[in-house]
Amino acid sequence: MRLDGARAAVYAASTARLFGQQGNAAGFHMEIEFLLNGERVAARGPATRTLLDWLREERRLTGTKEGCNEGDCGACTVMVTDARGARALNACILFLPQLAGKAVRTVEGIASPEGDLHPVQQAMIDHHGSQCGFCTPGFVVAMAAAHLNGDRDHDTALAGNLCRCTGYAPIIRAAEAAALVPVPDWLRDEPFGEAPSGALGTPSGPGAGDMPPSEGWAGRREDAVDTAQTRVTGSGPVPDPTGTRGETTGGAVPAGTAKPAPIALPFPAPIPDGAAFLPDSADALAAWYAANPDATLVAGATDVGLWVTKGLRDLPKVAFLHRARDLARIETQGDRLRFGAGATMTEVLSAVAHRYPSWAALIRRYGSAQVRNAATIGGNIANGSPIGDNPPALIALGATLHLRKGDTRRDIPLEAFFLAYGKQDRQPGEFVEAVTIPAAAPAFRVYKLSKRFDQDISAVCGGFHVTIENGAVTAARIAFGGMAGVPKRASHVEAALLGQPWTAETIAAAMPAFAQDFTPLSDMRASATYRLEAAAGMLMRYHAELSGAVIDIRGITP
Amino acid sequence: MTVGLRETHDSALLHVTGQARYVDDIPAPAGCLHLAFGLSDIAHGRLLSLDLSDVRAAPGVVDVMAAGDLLRPADCSPSVHDEPLLCDGTIHYLGQPLFLVIATSHLAARRAAKLARAEVEAAPPLLTIDEALAADSRFEDGPRTWTKGDVSAALASAPRRLRGVLEMGGQEHFYLEGQAALALPGEGQMEVHSSTQHPSEIQHKVADALGLHMNDVRVVMRRMGGGFGGKESQGNALAIACAVAAERTGRACRMRYDRDDDMVITGKRHDFRIDYEVGFDDEGHLLAIDVTQYARCGWSQDLSLAVCDRAMLHADNAYLIPHMRITSHRLRTHTQSATAFRGFGGPQGMLGMERIIDHVAQELGRDPVEVRRLNFYAPAGTQAGQTTPYGMEVTDFPLHEMTDALLASSDYEARRAAIRDWNAGSPILKRGLAYAPVKFGISFTLTHLNQAGALVNVYRDGSILLNHGGTEMGQGLHRKVTQVAASRLGVPLSRVRISATDTTKVPNTSATAASSGADLNGMATQAACDTIRDRMAQRLAGLHQTTPDRVEFADGMVTVGGQELTWDAAVEACYLGRVSLSATGYYATPDLEWDRRRGQGRPFFYFSYGCAVTEVVLDTLTGENRILRADILHDCGSSLNPALDIGQIEGGYVQGAGWLTTEELVWDDKGRLRTHAPSTYKIPAVSDRPAVFNVRLWDAPNPSATIYRSKAVGEPPFMLGISVFLALGDACAACGPHFPDLQAPATPERVLQAVHRARGG
Repeated sequence: MRLDGARAAVYAASTARLFGQQGNAAGFHMEIEFLLNGERVAARGPATRTLLDWLREERRLTGTKEGCNEGDCGACTVMVTDARGARALNACILFLPQLAGKAVRTVEGIASPEGDLHPVQQAMIDHHGSQCGFCTPGFVVAMAAAHLNGDRDHDTALAGNLCRCTGYAPIIRAAEAAALVPVPDWLRDEPFGEAPSGALGTPSGPGAGDMPPSEGWAGRREDAVDTAQTRVTGSGPVPDPTGTRGETTGGAVPAGTAKPAPIALPFPAPIPDGAAFLPDSADALAAWYAANPDATLVAGATDVGLWVTKGLRDLPKVAFLHRARDLARIETQGDRLRFGAGATMTEVLSAVAHRYPSWAALIRRYGSAQVRNAATIGGNIANGSPIGDNPPALIALGATLHLRKGDTRRDIPLEAFFLAYGKQDRQPGEFVEAVTIPAAAPAFRVYKLSKRFDQDISAVCGGFHVTIENGAVTAARIAFGGMAGVPKRASHVEAALLGQPWTAETIAAAMPAFAQDFTPLSDMRASATYRLEAAAGMLMRYHAELSGAVIDIRGITP
Repeated sequence: MTVGLRETHDSALLHVTGQARYVDDIPAPAGCLHLAFGLSDIAHGRLLSLDLSDVRAAPGVVDVMAAGDLLRPADCSPSVHDEPLLCDGTIHYLGQPLFLVIATSHLAARRAAKLARAEVEAAPPLLTIDEALAADSRFEDGPRTWTKGDVSAALASAPRRLRGVLEMGGQEHFYLEGQAALALPGEGQMEVHSSTQHPSEIQHKVADALGLHMNDVRVVMRRMGGGFGGKESQGNALAIACAVAAERTGRACRMRYDRDDDMVITGKRHDFRIDYEVGFDDEGHLLAIDVTQYARCGWSQDLSLAVCDRAMLHADNAYLIPHMRITSHRLRTHTQSATAFRGFGGPQGMLGMERIIDHVAQELGRDPVEVRRLNFYAPAGTQAGQTTPYGMEVTDFPLHEMTDALLASSDYEARRAAIRDWNAGSPILKRGLAYAPVKFGISFTLTHLNQAGALVNVYRDGSILLNHGGTEMGQGLHRKVTQVAASRLGVPLSRVRISATDTTKVPNTSATAASSGADLNGMATQAACDTIRDRMAQRLAGLHQTTPDRVEFADGMVTVGGQELTWDAAVEACYLGRVSLSATGYYATPDLEWDRRRGQGRPFFYFSYGCAVTEVVLDTLTGENRILRADILHDCGSSLNPALDIGQIEGGYVQGAGWLTTEELVWDDKGRLRTHAPSTYKIPAVSDRPAVFNVRLWDAPNPSATIYRSKAVGEPPFMLGISVFLALGDACAACGPHFPDLQAPATPERVLQAVHRARGG
């Protein structure tokens, strides 16, 4: 090797010039504040800077690991606390604006400031829960979050943390042992709260028409079949452009009320490239998005996050929806159940746990705890994925989708929203505000089929809701994901059942109708043939289950 | 003595607090640059030209290198110099690095790498085993064949015969820490931190790429976030890239693959197809087997010959086959270069044998366990001269007793009957139960690799610093070796610090691979410690008018002729007495002799054994399935550390189960890997482990003279996962009268196909 002084000098000069231009090409920087391991910190960066990169590159907190950079391995798990409590999230697909006013704990902040180990840390040592150790920080944080919340369903809490060494057995032993020890005081964070509604940056600049087009909340990844997770986006507070920090205002305005809350900043107005808008109500969002239809809406960032980390896309104009708490409400309205679009899948899961155990069992497998804590039901619908897991369930339940643009609202049957692959019935500036379903449907079931039981995208997902009167089928709503370019009803199958006696013979006679309804694709998840077979198998399972047969391998014990 | 105790991993505290530092966590000097490869998006063809102007102009880019910018040809191959760092004109696979971006950040480098315009002339790629066979595209001049006895005659005269084909997929390592390297240039030398199982290989390849001698290159490796064979050779490209970029820029350079790039660029476990013909009698005695193994090796040779050899070496697994022919085709395709992965061909060879037994058992209507026991090698000392198909005598064969113990502890017979009854009353769900044995040969089959070195320094305060040639990837090697050192010197474990594996401390090391880490490095460490201890004993005996054999080292104390002094005091006394307190140790495995061309000799020092019983349940409507219970009995000899060994067994079993169930690699017809991220490639998650998981060690000293009579444990338990596949086959067989012919990996889709076959569909 030669040392070449002249050449080295050239490099030094060129990089000096280029330093500071790295990162988001949009180049817009904003500043937010939050608690990091108990200390108030300020973070600067583009709106799409991930917490993981910031922790590792700016803070040198390298305990939080990058395993996959797409929210599928959990090595980057951090604990985030806000007014709604503490939860585990994947730092690799968590943008800094989602954290303002909250409290973040990384693995470095799980032990006490004096160095006392957290019970899960001690148990992981005692039970030999780490081997290579690379997944361990993520496990420790996920376990600490579950421990804090008193969650003892370890398989569910840790389904989003992959370990390649241990086979998980010692980790679960550790979790069980730690569950017997109280939560240490030092772990309870008190987030300082949210700033008022606003944009990150000075609102000024060109009109919305000058902005490059963006796919918005309904957008989806280029390589959709490959990567589109059936998830979208989630929650938190905000930065303050002026530096003055006010009281929480988010969530004050119920959806549908006539008067929007006063908005301090001059919205609707365009925002600079790379800036972010953080509405604190659905009204604020509606007004702004109508004027900025080219923007990308980010709820929990479990899908959009991948546009950035994997697609390497710039998102020149972004609205973060987590502060609009009125958009996240779940409420009973007469005989209907209404889910605000911003409700996280964790919130949806608790809301339906007793009412719809079958759907709840599906949601338990939807992403992971970290993903469900961020992903929203609205995002899962709006991104239009043909393999999203909620639409088949919701369509079978007869869901109504509530869309809104500015002050104009319209309601459509959910199945009508999905027009074609990658195309939804959503106008520019229009967004999903809520979805409603019947408050009860005892005969409803939904089945998810994937290579791996937990945290896997469905090859086929089928929702079934058949009404039987006097032994005959009087109504049938059957919908599938993974069988077409959109979540789709099996109308020929439904027709083959209607008016027929609810018997195995009727089911058998309906089998050929699947091929009339669907011509699925073959891909890395399943072949077309298998998808058709499995969809038909699900109908047989549905019949068997309603007839009282044992159909669930998860219910079998050795 | 600390050997044999359940000590925790040496880095456990660092792991759980996030302080354990991996390569990408090491703080780099100011101005450190970041690298990314630009990749080919065709699988085969010519690279006619590369327009890198947009790459150069991208924000943060400092430089871009294509093959022509290299001062010397840089090669990444661990074997035959057939892996150019950057494409030299021929495109061999989709994902091959074409150029190297040097930028001010990881993100800037990744973004810029997407901006090249490559002019290519595409050619039809060979992607499958059949395509490669048709084109006679292979490594070596033709298939390798080893034969024992007269296979054709024995087949012809066998009362019964069967033929079959088993396809088995490959496997992505999915080490949680992706490949990473950091190169620090200075004074004409290069220091490289690499996440590698083989620092000496990195040293060699980097020296070669830089035109330096090996003494100019230092490679340091503290720990990997998982290796599993995937860091035996696959880290070479990053380390070399960092080194050549550091040479070019004069600045530190670091590189890590984004996960998707990692999966697209690096090699995986070899997928295999195994064709077999077996001759047997009515009782199930296997009389003759003719087995042909087709391995898809990918674009470069890498370690494929040795992998395929090991597949042949395990084609018999635990069974004495009087006449056996094993043929191996090493096929060259336009895909990632398949590489080392835990078991190194052993799992594929073994699964072929276990499939044959299941097929025979079903044909005879017998419990496969009976057919397995009927064909085992004879117990130790009962049948002199019993040899493997490659002529190695099997002298130590505890599987008879182990199987008895496991079938009893797992209540096999009763559960077998209960499952039969349960299945009869369950039309939709079916259970399956299976037993599988493992006999795995321990030693590198490239005999010269079976050597190791260690360096032990004792400082004046009595503290001990240990280096050896092995690398820590999670298996607990460093803990085991420190236990050896502490035991030899009679000190508490806390006195021994182990530091990063470092090519300046111990030279010419072999990869930490072939399950050999503790065997080789434990012995080398023992030798070094014994040297120091003997020197100290000599000196202390002289001081106390006694003989060295009357000096004892135990529990932090040294007893000399009836007097006790502390270890620290003894060390100080020896220092003052001008005794060298630093020593190297060296070990070479004895009794190995192997001719791989002929397939004859003694390639292994000994065998490791294990067996497992697994129960599964499957859904005949969709093929979904789940492991209900696993019982394992595994032979670790006299365990150096039962806690760590059980960790290897539990983890190996689950990883093996993953290989044969959910882990499916899918390439499209262009040669693009479609399963290139954890969103599409599914390693086992927490709920995939057996709901009941009983693991026990078979506690018997290794008859071979290994370190403290322990046995190697890294790879063998992986193959216990075969019992999951067999249990799924058993559940499928409960669906109908026909042989289900389950193929691997047994995804729900393949399980459903097997259910159909069982029913005659």
